[in-house]
Amino acid sequence: MKKLSARRRHPLAALVVLLLALACTGGLYAAFAPASKAQADETAQSLAIDEGKKLYAVGCASCHGTGGQGTTDGPSLVGVGAAAVDFQVGTGRMPAQQPGAQVPRKKVIYSQAEIDQLAAYIASLGAGPAVPTKEQYGPQGADIANGGALFRNNCAQCHNFTGKGGALTHGKYAPGLEGVDPKHIYEAMQTGPQNMPSFPDQTLSEQNKKDIIAYLNAVNGEDTESPGGLSLGGLGPVSEGLFAWLFGLGGLIVVAVWVAARTAKAKKS
Amino acid sequence: MSTAPSTEARSRGKSPAGERVADWADGRLGIYSLAKANMRKIFPDHWSFMLGEVCMYSFIIIILTGVYLTLFFHPSMNEVTYHGSYVPMQGQLMSEAYASTLDISFDIRGGLLIRQIHHWAALIFLAGMFVHMMRVFFTGAFRKPREVNWLFGFLLFVLGMFTGFTGYSLPDDLLSGTGVRFTQGAILSVPIVGTYISMFLFGGEFPGHDFVARFYSIHILLLPGIMLGLMVAHLILVFYHKHTQFAGPGKTNKNVVGMPLMPVYMAKAGGFFFLVFGVIAAIAGIVTINPIWGIGPYRPDQVGTGAQPDWYMGFAEGLVRAMPGWEVNFWGHTLVLGVFIPLVVFGLFLAVIALYPFIESWVTGDKREHHILDRPRNAPTRTAVGVAWITGYLITLIGGGNDIVATHFHLSINAVTWFVRIGFFLGPVLAFVVTKRICLGLQRRDKEKVLHGREAGIIKRLPHGEFIEVHEPLSQEQLHTLTAHEQYRPVEIGPTVDENGVERKPAVTEKLRAKMSNAYFGEDSQIPKPTVEEYKEITSGHGHH
Repeated sequence: MKKLSARRRHPLAALVVLLLALACTGGLYAAFAPASKAQADETAQSLAIDEGKKLYAVGCASCHGTGGQGTTDGPSLVGVGAAAVDFQVGTGRMPAQQPGAQVPRKKVIYSQAEIDQLAAYIASLGAGPAVPTKEQYGPQGADIANGGALFRNNCAQCHNFTGKGGALTHGKYAPGLEGVDPKHIYEAMQTGPQNMPSFPDQTLSEQNKKDIIAYLNAVNGEDTESPGGLSLGGLGPVSEGLFAWLFGLGGLIVVAVWVAARTAKAKKS
Repeated sequence: MSTAPSTEARSRGKSPAGERVADWADGRLGIYSLAKANMRKIFPDHWSFMLGEVCMYSFIIIILTGVYLTLFFHPSMNEVTYHGSYVPMQGQLMSEAYASTLDISFDIRGGLLIRQIHHWAALIFLAGMFVHMMRVFFTGAFRKPREVNWLFGFLLFVLGMFTGFTGYSLPDDLLSGTGVRFTQGAILSVPIVGTYISMFLFGGEFPGHDFVARFYSIHILLLPGIMLGLMVAHLILVFYHKHTQFAGPGKTNKNVVGMPLMPVYMAKAGGFFFLVFGVIAAIAGIVTINPIWGIGPYRPDQVGTGAQPDWYMGFAEGLVRAMPGWEVNFWGHTLVLGVFIPLVVFGLFLAVIALYPFIESWVTGDKREHHILDRPRNAPTRTAVGVAWITGYLITLIGGGNDIVATHFHLSINAVTWFVRIGFFLGPVLAFVVTKRICLGLQRRDKEKVLHGREAGIIKRLPHGEFIEVHEPLSQEQLHTLTAHEQYRPVEIGPTVDENGVERKPAVTEKLRAKMSNAYFGEDSQIPKPTVEEYKEITSGHGHH
């Protein structure tokens, strides 16, 4: 290694690196380039793009422009990638109902096949993150505890300690994460929808994302146990205080009224 | 068996065991005279007089469960790796305090239940003290001779706040650590001494390695010790002053009408203790509180949203959240007004309510003892002051949870904060005016009832066709209860010219007192209660109703 670094300023070093890089890319291309069989896929793909384009013209173009270039009502979609489309449309956020501080999650109105076609069309406008595969967001090989540490470091300041959501400025908010498809969580981290910063693989590696998803599933999933009983929405001291007043003290006052009403009354003579 | 027991045999050993034990104890402790004096102590009956009992019992429950928790809690900030049974934390670095709290929650028999009872009882204890104070305030039970006991109670509430704060900070989880950091920031904002106090308290820079151990001794020894002493003093004074009672026939400033301590109140109070314990234990068994396992260990570089203190510290949090972030820089120093002003307001806000009895007694100039309680309507200005104070408190409480309010009512957090900023000043004024009006309205209704009787709901048609509603006269007891209160006259500034005709300038305090007295008892502040003459004239029967 020392030998190599000692020669890094050699006049021919740049040339050697260039040649190596070329050989590398060429080799990789040769290895991974779609073979003749890809011809069929190509047609399927272009078919999806065509269908997606039609769907886009009906449902999205009024805000995002006829070619996805964006208008004053909606941002450009060139280069946002299939993952962004799958997230936004797959969680019902898009198409948006009305402008506002933030577009909320709501009923999904496209089928997954249609979403895939839309995604294919948007992806064809410019390169962007692809829809993750099950291996990427599945629970196999995830480190839950590490996911927790990562979550508290990167996500808790907006989404709350266990992903119950929280307020942002001027009516914006970080939504609660319970009941969100792991795929969508992965896509959100990757693409940074709305007010969320994006966490590309250089920031949070694939493994990190997997860990975070596994942690969320452990503390906020459908079959998460709450060892202490009812969780009161997991909102912490505000809901606990309200409960203590209404049911704790309220209950005790009812008991006090009951006890006071039962007294050893002297018989009226 | 023996038909003629000799007196000697009886004294030798035939007396019942209980009597012998009592004799033995009396000979050494002198409990007989103590019991004789106090066992027949009379207590009046009203549900609101049991709020203090709720506080006492929840305090006892807190002490009992707290002792259990100290057996397993490690007040140490040494870093350890967690290997307990809660999977999402396994292998994580954390302080021993946090790890032992996880162990209490998951690996120690009954630990989680006891922890939850301890925490729920603390929230209920503070809420109970708040409502107990409201009862004492609105009925005027703080008047002479009970001003000192009001201060004892107030101190118990404030110390309870800080005991609670030091307690929920002990697990060293991310939520409470954020709260400790917040508090350290508030300490730092104090000019000149702030930095020193912070350094002393934390043994250096935050968080250091000491604060859990220090909070631990404050939480389990210092503050509860003082509180226990204060509570005993509070109770001794209740015994000494005797309990107050509501006005009613046969009830005067010189007697107490009710049931004796033994056996009626012993049974009732004893039973009530178990009821309180039962309610709190049931809540603790059903509902989670402070699930620190989901919150994670404290690290100064991490924070979560939705971080509020427990409810009794919420108004302090709200004051800081609502305050604009003002800051003054001069000669290399920074004065963080955005935190320091709320800190000062926090103290003043509490001081106002603590000193209120003295303010009121200065305004009324009344030096007599009062053992008969006021109905809140009959002291409209006091009631309005109390409601205004509570309104201010509640509005800052909303400020303390502004983010939760924003997300759950789909509002902008900025709008909520502005509501708190304006409401903190406007809300109490509105509440004052509205409450006073309501009190005066109720006084008018009382007067109407005394003079014209109760609306019977029976409609009569007179021979000439007129419809009238029959009013039933009240019973003597009801008439007494409704007119038992006395009404003050506003204090007037004394003559401004003395006997020699020299003009005297009334002192500023004298003028202020006359003004305040007028605000309390002037024409617009109370409805004159019906006089005997008025009553006689109306009920003498000139065909009126």
